[in-house]
Amino acid sequence: MSSDTVFIAFQANDDTRPIIEAIEADNPEARVAHFPAMIKVDAPGRLVVRRESIEERLGRAYDLRELQINLVSLSGNIDESEDEFVLCWN
Amino acid sequence: MNMPAAPNGPKKLSLKENYALLTRGLGWDTSYEDMDKAFPLDKFEGIRIHDWEKWEDPFRLTMDAYWKYQGEKERKLYAIVDAFQQNNGQFNVVDARYINTLKLFLTGVSPLEYAAHRGFAMAGRNFRGTSARIACQMQAIDELRHAQTQAHTISQYNKFFNGLHDPGHMHDRVWYLSVPKSYFEDAMTAGPFEFVTAISFSFEYVLTNLLFMPFMSGAAYNGDMATVTFGFSAQSDESRHMTLGLEVVKFILEQDPANIPIVQRWLDKWFWRGYRLLGLVSMMMDYMLPRRVMSWAEAWEMYFEQNGGALFNDLARYGIRMPKYHDVASMEKHRLSHEVWGIFYNYTHAAAFHTWVPEQAEMEWLASKYPETFDRLYRPRLEYWRAQQEQGKRFYNPTLPMLCQTCQIPMGFTEPDDPTKICYRESDYRDNKFHFCSDGCKDIFDNEPEKYVQSWLPVHQIYQGNCFRPGVDPTAPGFDPLAEVLLYYGYHVGEDGGEYLDSPDRRNWEQWTGKPAVAT
Amino acid sequence: MQIDIKTQAVTQLRQTFSHVARYLGNDKPASRYQEATYGLQAETNFHYRPLWQPELELYDKRRTQLVMKDWYVLRDPRQFYYGTYTITRARQQESMEKNIDFVERRGLLRNLAPAAVEALVLALVPLRHLEWGANTHNCHVTAYGWGTALTQATMFHTMDRLGLAQHLSRLGLLLDGNTGESLAQAKALWLNHPAWQGLRRVTEKMLVTQDCMEVFFAQNLVLDGLLYPLLQNHIEPHCAAEHGPAISLLMDFLPQWFDETSRWVDAVTKACVAESAANHDLVAGWLAQWGALVNDALEPYAGMVLGEKGPQAVKAVEAILEARVGKLGITLDRAVA
Repeated sequence: MSSDTVFIAFQANDDTRPIIEAIEADNPEARVAHFPAMIKVDAPGRLVVRRESIEERLGRAYDLRELQINLVSLSGNIDESEDEFVLCWN
Repeated sequence: MNMPAAPNGPKKLSLKENYALLTRGLGWDTSYEDMDKAFPLDKFEGIRIHDWEKWEDPFRLTMDAYWKYQGEKERKLYAIVDAFQQNNGQFNVVDARYINTLKLFLTGVSPLEYAAHRGFAMAGRNFRGTSARIACQMQAIDELRHAQTQAHTISQYNKFFNGLHDPGHMHDRVWYLSVPKSYFEDAMTAGPFEFVTAISFSFEYVLTNLLFMPFMSGAAYNGDMATVTFGFSAQSDESRHMTLGLEVVKFILEQDPANIPIVQRWLDKWFWRGYRLLGLVSMMMDYMLPRRVMSWAEAWEMYFEQNGGALFNDLARYGIRMPKYHDVASMEKHRLSHEVWGIFYNYTHAAAFHTWVPEQAEMEWLASKYPETFDRLYRPRLEYWRAQQEQGKRFYNPTLPMLCQTCQIPMGFTEPDDPTKICYRESDYRDNKFHFCSDGCKDIFDNEPEKYVQSWLPVHQIYQGNCFRPGVDPTAPGFDPLAEVLLYYGYHVGEDGGEYLDSPDRRNWEQWTGKPAVAT
Repeated sequence: MQIDIKTQAVTQLRQTFSHVARYLGNDKPASRYQEATYGLQAETNFHYRPLWQPELELYDKRRTQLVMKDWYVLRDPRQFYYGTYTITRARQQESMEKNIDFVERRGLLRNLAPAAVEALVLALVPLRHLEWGANTHNCHVTAYGWGTALTQATMFHTMDRLGLAQHLSRLGLLLDGNTGESLAQAKALWLNHPAWQGLRRVTEKMLVTQDCMEVFFAQNLVLDGLLYPLLQNHIEPHCAAEHGPAISLLMDFLPQWFDETSRWVDAVTKACVAESAANHDLVAGWLAQWGALVNDALEPYAGMVLGEKGPQAVKAVEAILEARVGKLGITLDRAVA
């Protein structure tokens, strides 16, 4: 697996706060950068967004397709299932 | 055909299975009509596809989910646009110079969103693979969304500022808008595989971050919450589109080794076409935003050199290399925006937005971001222009520039290894000489001269008399061809272009808001 | 909310965009539909001829024989632009979802007798392929038609038809307990069963029809104008009577969707034929030609589902279409019969 950077960026708002927290918890190597109205998370090689981690923080059921609503951009190959949304370079 | 009901309730379907069942297999091989007649356009480019079933759908969005999430996005977006209009949000921006980025966006970019809508509708009609068609159709409708939400948002600015009033008409006619127009028409007039490689991959995946991130972060930084909202809302579709771009290219490359050289040539071409187009963004970032987010050079490093590098490392296993002349683009990153702003400063009387000389503090910022080039090469010219302006001699260039036959930008770029020497390249074709701004543009022409000899070059068209309104008599006494061209463009002369400090926008801004014309 | 400006001193420079004002005749406040529609498509100074059709421009009115002085009279009475379209469909989908949920939770379809399941698969599930064809035909109009007034509505219709194809697929999954067997069967039926071959033949013929307005009328006016009333007035009631009302819950979208979209198809048709006698005759000719083909296609299908009532049902829906196009100003010489 390559260690080139993958990234995901979200709008900076109240909906995305628990998402960012979940990503930080699940990806210890991720770096979070704040831009005007946008939050960008970089990670070496692989980054995972886990449904359960978001649900823990939201206190409700979460469908990973809801990520779409606040997603701004990303980089890397995507693999999406009910439980995980993964970005990686092969 | 016996089908017993499942005894213990229905089988639980994963997202992937559900999507596959609802989507895959919708298409069939025609037998009453020839399949090649039903889908006549997906072979002529030479791309070989052996098995459309190998197409992977990265985002498995069925229409029910599409309506749900997109409807929700639209509800949110229009709530904000309504509030923005009711509260006169257009006056909350830093200063009226900022509006010029919106002018560039609405006349230069929004028509491309519409073109993308139609281009993806063509691809969504023409691929014989079901999943590929669906992916293209979803992008087609998304792009329509972007064109429309941009019109609706910027509509409010149009009511209070100049230069925004006739974007479609201008896009079809104005000299610098032929740069984005020809870029997109180049892709649309190609076959469906080249179109998706050009737009989904080379533009959306490789370069789009350099367009939207600076525009939207810039909007946020300069108090334009309406643009931030439509921009980021559009970007949320964009990540699906980017993923489609990567999928398209991997799919083509995996289908047949003979596809690799074709794709590589497209990647080379469309990287350079896209990069030249982004020259407009570079000046927006470095010169047009009163409050700057990051420099063009920094954005290029972050979004192209780093992310693009990772992407091409990933594609190396297919035998794909970095696009040709990416190194030239990196060499130019310390001068691109300055050269482009220089061109527009010269010709702003024939543009639908204003230009100006940056303030001292802004020059300090430019010097800090471009330590090797700004003070040495560009500050002296800007200070000269400022001095001329203070003597009442604001410089406008009354001649018409020579345009590059490929990218259609005036020939103002410099040699890759010498920032003080204008770069000229030429090719002979059918007893004519054609001129280019760069090796990248010359290569593109030389590969497809039959296509690029057709370019509707605005300056040539003016000289040929094709840019006057119907019924105008160029032989009439006192006929002023250049003044007439501005009317053909649909400009409100004296309002839409020229120096910012002399503009009605500036006067209105000061009168209406009581805020300074140039924020400090 | 206190705003930091002297609002009374502000005189708006203009009410709308210049291109919208030109269209409306003067500068007055414009609707979101108008600002989302007029002037979006490029009209002139195209740079390169298409590699795929060098005899025409990138956008070209000559991709149909129909001639309109102004293609923007083909407006959508629903005034759908992207926002209103998706919000409307999201709301409708939500109520449809309740029906599906209800049927699924109670196993109303998967617990039917095997013969009933088989009959419903045979009668309804192959329609998913017909809808996929309708999707592609509308995408063809979106790609090659002239003017956003028409092509944005056909874009929405393209996606509607994909949505319908997926809805019919879900109906299949409700019947087979999510195994997908019904979908495989439906495809085999679509490809081979004699009762479905006429409809497949018509669909394939549209795929090789180039004239974008001919495709528009063939699918949206003729085929849909006959098939949907047949489904709504005959097939669905018959299925419900034979196999229980659960199927009606899933076909609930039919009258609403068809009524809504027909208003749009009617508006386009009416404007096209009102333009000129030449347009009228062209559209009437298409109606006659495609009407005959669809008629031949519907008879075996209606016969298979409705038995001896089939021919009568087909006659009834022909009368409906004839009356409908008559109101739109089309005179048929018994064309559809």
